[in-house]
Order: sequence, then C-alpha cells, then structure tokens
Amino acid sequence: MKKFSWRGLSIALFVCVTAFYLAPLAIPNLPDWWASKKLKLGLDLKGGMQILLEIDNSQNKLTQEEVKSALDQNIMIIRDRIDQFGVAEPIIQKMGNDRIMVQLPGVSNFEAAEKLIRQSAILEFKLVATDENATQVLQAIDGAVTQNLNRFPALAKLAKEDQKALAKADSTKADSLKQSKGVFASLIHQSDGGYKVQYDSVDMLQKVLADSTFKALMPAGFQISLGKPDSQNPKDDRDIYVLLSEAELTGADLAKAKVEIGSSSSTDIKIANKPYISMSLKRSGAQKFETVTGDNIQRRLAIVMDSMVYSAPMIQDRISGGNAQITGSFTQQEAQDLVIVLNTGNLVAPIKPINTVIVGATLGEDSIASGKLAGIVGILLVAFFMILYYKVSGLLADVALIFNVGFILAMLTALGATLTLPGIAGIILTIGMAVDANVLIFERIREELLIGKTPRSAHDAGYKRAAVTIWDSQITTLIAAAVLYNFGSGPIRGFAVTLALGIVGSIFCAIVFVRWMTDTFILTGVKKNLSI
Amino acid sequence: MRLFAHTNIQFVKSRYYAYAFSLVFILAGLVGIIVNGLNWSIDFSSGVAATVNLKSADPQVPALDIDHLRTILKEKGFADAEIQNIGDMENGIFQIKIKSRDSKKDTSTETKNLLISTIKASLPEYVKGRDMNKDVIQEIYVVGPKVGGELRTQALLAVLISLALMIIYVWFRFELTFGIMAILALFHDVFIILGIFAITGKEITIQIIAVLLTIVGYSINDTIVVFDRIREDLKANRKDDYHVVFNKAINSTLSRTVITALTTLFTAASLYFFGGSVIHDFALAMCLGLFFGTYSSIFVASNLVVETYQLTHKEKTSLQHLTKKK
Repeated sequence: MKKFSWRGLSIALFVCVTAFYLAPLAIPNLPDWWASKKLKLGLDLKGGMQILLEIDNSQNKLTQEEVKSALDQNIMIIRDRIDQFGVAEPIIQKMGNDRIMVQLPGVSNFEAAEKLIRQSAILEFKLVATDENATQVLQAIDGAVTQNLNRFPALAKLAKEDQKALAKADSTKADSLKQSKGVFASLIHQSDGGYKVQYDSVDMLQKVLADSTFKALMPAGFQISLGKPDSQNPKDDRDIYVLLSEAELTGADLAKAKVEIGSSSSTDIKIANKPYISMSLKRSGAQKFETVTGDNIQRRLAIVMDSMVYSAPMIQDRISGGNAQITGSFTQQEAQDLVIVLNTGNLVAPIKPINTVIVGATLGEDSIASGKLAGIVGILLVAFFMILYYKVSGLLADVALIFNVGFILAMLTALGATLTLPGIAGIILTIGMAVDANVLIFERIREELLIGKTPRSAHDAGYKRAAVTIWDSQITTLIAAAVLYNFGSGPIRGFAVTLALGIVGSIFCAIVFVRWMTDTFILTGVKKNLSI
Repeated sequence: MRLFAHTNIQFVKSRYYAYAFSLVFILAGLVGIIVNGLNWSIDFSSGVAATVNLKSADPQVPALDIDHLRTILKEKGFADAEIQNIGDMENGIFQIKIKSRDSKKDTSTETKNLLISTIKASLPEYVKGRDMNKDVIQEIYVVGPKVGGELRTQALLAVLISLALMIIYVWFRFELTFGIMAILALFHDVFIILGIFAITGKEITIQIIAVLLTIVGYSINDTIVVFDRIREDLKANRKDDYHVVFNKAINSTLSRTVITALTTLFTAASLYFFGGSVIHDFALAMCLGLFFGTYSSIFVASNLVVETYQLTHKEKTSLQHLTKKK
C-alpha cells in the first residue's frame, strides 16, 4: 500500500474539478443542474439581449442639463447592478440625450434582468401608530371618504352594491354595515391585534391609497400602508398598517446590506431556514436607530420598502451597534436582487423600458472559425517545440499543458465568466506563457546535469532552485491580477480572472503535476535516465 | 538540442547601445503621439448607432446575410463598423454602430447621408421602392463610448495601484532599486507599443489595452527571473564585481528567456496569421510586446540598476540588503 500523499490528493482534485465543469461542453443529455453550468459566450460571439431604456421625465420635469447628469449617474448605477448580478461583459452605452442601451450576453431570464435594472428600493423605518391612534385614524379617514364618496368612483360603486345587499335585508354582512361603518372601513377587518384586507380587495385598496384626494384626506402625520404578500401564500389576506408618516431612518443611513439565511433552530417561523436581509447602518444611522429603539420600547417599528411594509417587529429593547434585519418571507432570488439594489443606491431619475430585443453576434462566423484555427495551430506549435527541445520531459509538459487549458476553461465556467474573442485570444497566449514554468525548471535541471549530478539529484535540485524563481515571478503578476480584479470593472475584470487562472494553473502543473509524472513514470526502475 | 549554451555576451558593457536603441523608439513614439495622437476606437469615443431595416419589398429577394453586409460596409470605408442582427434574422433589421468622424460636433446627419448613399449604391435590391429616411433608416442616435470617462479613470487607478504594489513586493523580496527599475522597464515597453500604434495610426481598442496589460505581466515576470538569478549568483560569489555577476546572470537565464519568448511568439504569431482580421492588431501588438518585453528584461531593467549604482555609489548597502537571508 502506498502512503497517503497531499500531492496525489491535489492532482485527483484538480482532474475531477476540471472534468466536472468541462463535461457539459462534451457530453449531451446531462441532467439539467449539471448541463446548465456551461461556459457562456460573449456578445461578440453569440449576441444576447438588448434593453433600451429612457429617462421617464413625465413626473419630474428635469431640465436638459439635469437629465444629462442623471443619465450618466444612472449608467454607473446600472453597471454596478449588472456587475453584482453576475453577468459579465455587458455593454452599456448612452444613446442620444435621454436613452440608455444595455446589452447582456446570453441572459435567458429577460424579465429578471430588466426588473433588476429598473428596480428602485426606497427604504424607510417608520413607527407603527399606537392602537388608539390607529383606530382614530381609520375612523377619521372612513368618515372623510364617505363624505367625499363621489370622488372615489370605485368605492362608490362598491357602496352601491352594499346598499343593494342591505336592502335585500338580513345577512350578517348587512348587519355590520348598519353599524354606521363606511365603505372604506368595510374593506378592512381586525385580526390578531392588527388589520388585514382580503386578497380580492387588495387591488382596489392599492389604487385608493395612491389616490391624491385620498392622501389629502389623510389625518396629518399618518399614513396607511400595505404589507408585503407572503411569497409562499400570495393569496392570503394582506396586512395593513397605520404608520407615522415621518421616517425615523432611511436608505441614506444604510452602510451595507447582505443576504443571510436564518438558523434552522430559530423559533421565529419568519426566520428559520429562510433568507433574510441583514443591514449594517452608518455611524449616524446607528445612533438614530439606538435613540428610536430606546424611546419606543414595546412599540412596533415598520421596515418599509417602496411604500410596502416588509415587517413590523415589536421593539423589545434599545438596540445599539447599528445592525438591523429585514425579514418577510423572501425567496432567495428576491432577497439577492433587493440587496443589490440597496447596495447600489437608487436610480437618480426613473427610467422606463422602450423595448427589449434579441441581438445577434457582432462578429461573423468566419472570425470565430479563424480564432479556433489560430488556437489549434498555436497549441500544436508549442507542443511540437517542447517535444523537439526537451524530448520526453517536453512531452510530459505538453500533457500538463492540455490539463492546464482544461483547467482554465473549467474555472471560467465555475466563475460564470463570459468568453469573448479577445478572451479566447488571451487563453491562447496563456498557453504560450504557461510552459514558462516548465522551461525554467528544465533549463535548471540541464544546468545541474552539466555539472555532473545524477539524474535524480539534478531533477530534485532543479525543482528546488527553480521553485523560488517561479514563485517570485508569478506572485508579482498575481498581485497585479488581484488589484485589477478588485478595482477594475467590466472587461478589465474578465482579463484579470483569465490571467490569474493561467498563473495558478501553470504553477500547479509545473511544480506538482509534471514532477509527479516524472517521479512516477521516468525516474523509476533500474534505468534512471532523464530525457531532457 | 540546446540554444545559447555557455554564452558570455557582454550585455552590461554594451548597455549604452541598448539605451540608444530604446531612446530612438521612445523619441519616435513621443513624436508620433504628439503629432498623430492616439486613435481611440469606438470603445472609447462616441459614435453613431443606426437601426436599419434591409428587408426587401420584393418577396423574391432572400434575406440579407449579415456577413455580406459586413463585407460591403468594410469595403466602403466603414472598417470599424459594428453590426448586429436585431430580433429575428428573417426581419432583416440591423444595428450599425460607426465611430464619429469628428468628436467635436454632432456628425450624425453627415454619417447618415453617407450610410444612405452606400446602401443605395451597394444593396439596391433591398431598398428599391422604399423611403430611405423613414423606412430603411429607422432610427439614428449618437451613442456614448462603451468605456466612458469614469470607467477609464477606474481602470487607470487599478493599473497604478498594481504597479505600486509590484514595486513594494520586489522591494520586499529584492531591493528598492530593483523594484523601481523593473517598473521603469514596464513603462518603456508599454510606451514603445503605444508609440508604434500612434505612428501607424492603428486603433486603440479595449483588446489592445488587454494586450498591454498582458505585456506588463509578461515583462515583469521575465525581469524577475533575471533578478532572481542575480540574487542567487551574488550570494554564491560575494567577492566578484557586481558588473560580472549581473552579466553572468543575464547569460545564464538567456536560454530560458528566449525559449519562453519563442513559445509565446508561436501562439501570438498563429493568431496573427490565422486569427482573422478582427484579432490582427491584437496579435500584432502582442508580437511587438513580446519583442520589447523580452528585450527590456535582457537589456534594460538590470542595466538600469547598474547605472543607478554607478551614479549613486550606493551598491554596497543595496547589494547587502539583496543578499540577506530570505
């Protein structure tokens, strides 16, 4: 039995990971979860989708100058969002004076991408009115609506139907209507210490809440907001809240948001095993949060996003440290998209889509074919040269080279990268450079052989000495790649990824893989010659 | 087979010839950049995007092939045009992006007229009996650059930070003079290629920027290999004059330097000859970069360190720092 070795394990792992991600390219009929992990091709090679957006200036009445600056800022925000959404190599261009053209390579879920680009997320923390206040507010608004019923045609119609039902006499529903309750109040019922509205009335209520007349009738300092629908049971009755209209905290107080999954042992069913958004607040926001929670113990604080209440937990204690959570039955995707929008900030001016179309590749079939040809010729030239110059050792380096190219493609797939023609050219160049580590080692071994060492000791000494050089030279380049990845965006990022993968792959292949092959197949048995 | 076995070329002694060689290219490049400027491609400058409907009124005429349209526009002087199918291929709708000829004024009308006359002349069967201004050219807009100002600043900042970190790493592993000279050699390589592009009027695209970054990675790698050998030899031969040690180190690494340059050149050259017109300039820039990157790590980087020692006479402390156990 051979002893366990880290080298053997790492080689096995290297080969397995590579095979796993390359399988979808080679084998048809794989299960969906596997087959979908396929290397995406860029806009130049395969095309994608194009979304044309326009600044919606119908409500804001911005000057031309303001539209221009809003356009530039919106482009930056959209680029940020797409970067975080994980679509590599998009094209985002200003078009005319008020349009933005976005092209995304091979996105299959058009709606999700479009929604993410346009989404706004106006985050507010508002106190829920006390029960007493809430009752008063609802009574007041109910009375005001009843008096001005002619200004709410939908409600008036509903009231008329109710009247008819009343005339027909003695149903229980009619009884309740007799108790001097207006039509607005009839939409809302009390349950579990809060208010709810039936699912089929939600649409009507939403329209009424958004109505400017209704807003004018609202008692000063209060507002009525709907709760978020439950993602598992969207047709359940919806919560409705009476809130103080002044926001205690807003999105401006937010430092960073991220998605977390609640622990399975949590007693709160809204959190256990479900994604929620955890937020850390800026210093000033944290101070405000501490004051608000300290002053309002045993009251509820609603977390409102885009005028919808996501959750309204009871304040149990003063909360310092500036951490808050948004729970509220998200799907994983919902939570992730919201976090992107919260972190990238809101669009400066609202945008509306003009059209969404599928666009073709910017490069012709011929350039793709010639790119392939160039790649094959390049690899063959390098491979032949290595065999010619380093004989059997060169052959081993070639074997490692093939694995290295496979590794780069596999890792690009794993990272969800998008392959463009220049990207392919970059990989082809990496092939030329990847043999460098082997060249360094082989040259060193030859030097050691020349001063009369045995193959075995020349081999070991060569690796030992070359390793220092390889690490120093490659780490320098790796530093550059890391910085380009962190600070750059778009194409610069893609380039950095390919560069870093090429380096990691070639170091591994030279120092571990080729050495293992030489140890195992060449320097064994009686005849210990090194063909180099 | 063995290239460059036991060479003893006087790289250090002949360094002034190398400086002269570099200087010629740098000055020529400088003149080129001042006179011609850099020709930024449509990636970096604004242009015109037209949505063109080329579905023939005559049902007998088959749908226009996009590659055919590409060839025609290329022949008629729109070499940098970027053409995409919009929607179904059968509909014959294309989006054509062309660089503005004059960045100062809005040239979309001029470009539009040029486009109309080209299409009329070369593809008459597709536009016969149709209104050129409304039906054929459906929309025409000025488009901003793909890589706008803020992205450019961001990228430049990223490059500068990575260069600074490289100096620090080399400083830590070798010595400060080596770090600074390695980075100077990188500027030398990149500047010469930019100069050649300015002189020949070739376009600087996003891809060319990627090549320049690749060259930076390649050249620093090459230079460090030589530095590493210098460090090792200095440790082994503490008594020898540093001129001799530097020269010997460059000679011992010469075969590796040339072989790696060769294998990379094989791939770059095959991209140049077989890769098609799209990556022609990309491959050319890479070949040039390989040449100058290799040249600078043999002739420039280490020699600049020698030069600094001669000017400052600080070689003793510097070399002591370099050969400390690490």
